[in-house]
Amino acid sequence: MRYVKQFGIIIVISLMGELLKELLPFSIPGSIYGLALMLLGLMTGLVKVHQVKDVSNFLLDIMPILFIPSTVGLMVSWGTLKEILVPVLLVCIVGTIIVMGITGKVTQFVIGKTSKDKEGEHE
Amino acid sequence: MSSIAEILSESLFFAVAISLVCYGIGCIINKKVKFPLANPLLISVILIILVLNLMDIKYEAYFEGAQFISYLLTPATVCLAVPLYEKLQLLKDNIVAVLAGILSGIITSAILVWGVCVIFTLDESIFATMLPKSITTAIGMAASEEMGGVVNITVAMIAITGITGNVVADLVLRLFKIKNPVAKGIAIGTSSHVMGTSKALEMGDTEGAMSGLAVAVAGLITVIIIPFLVGIY
Repeated sequence: MRYVKQFGIIIVISLMGELLKELLPFSIPGSIYGLALMLLGLMTGLVKVHQVKDVSNFLLDIMPILFIPSTVGLMVSWGTLKEILVPVLLVCIVGTIIVMGITGKVTQFVIGKTSKDKEGEHE
Repeated sequence: MSSIAEILSESLFFAVAISLVCYGIGCIINKKVKFPLANPLLISVILIILVLNLMDIKYEAYFEGAQFISYLLTPATVCLAVPLYEKLQLLKDNIVAVLAGILSGIITSAILVWGVCVIFTLDESIFATMLPKSITTAIGMAASEEMGGVVNITVAMIAITGITGNVVADLVLRLFKIKNPVAKGIAIGTSSHVMGTSKALEMGDTEGAMSGLAVAVAGLITVIIIPFLVGIY
């Protein structure tokens, strides 16, 4: 029953997220509303961590495989993609490397600037 | 051959089974080969495309069964709130750095897309198509559509970006000497959305939590600024 209850809470919050997506006029997906709702629930104590922890760990653990179906879909979009393949690959591959590097550098730099006094960052 | 293929592809378990088996093979290769491109997700996707082509199975037939895996993506994304909640204090301590990092990533991404579009003399609709490539699929699709982009190219680019982030994360973070776990997570989530986040989760709780946060924040900010960016292109 423990898993049923945990899965139930997560699915109900997912459903509420989808509902918000329909009700609100922004182009924000239900999963992001759901994430916000879950965080809100945890912060207010409405949902306790132990009430969702096991199933949450399971879902986060299997996350990489959840992307397989949509990524295999590249075999379909290949036709339209190859016409602009060079710019696409430049933006996606080189771009991702640069964006990741710069984002990390900036974050690390500002952390170094703002929290010189507290060290215990690494756990 | 084709009759076996037909029987197999008609079972809803076929797509899930082949996906899991190929991912398993990817994990084994990943453990044996110490090479960053030997990424389980990348290997599994290539293997599945090969198998589908060899057996002459259409993507639609595969997706019929595989959609049951995708179904779990929304609840899994919702669960990103759990590690984030557990690291809330860490987030509060570093909120300025986190926001500065995400903003710098979004700006860098936009400048790169702009540069590539100018160099290759691509039109406004391709610019709008490419801009949301770093954010999570559901937000990116909507943004591209609204701005007159080509939605299926956006979706493909989001997938390529995600798999790139997943593959190169270790290498890039080492190359740029990014050691702080908060910075690692923000870098991965901002550059390669939820697909990168699944890699960040493997690195550690803090990396995963921050990456998940970055996906949500970067997605929202990007949606807000895209109309403005397309307007000035």
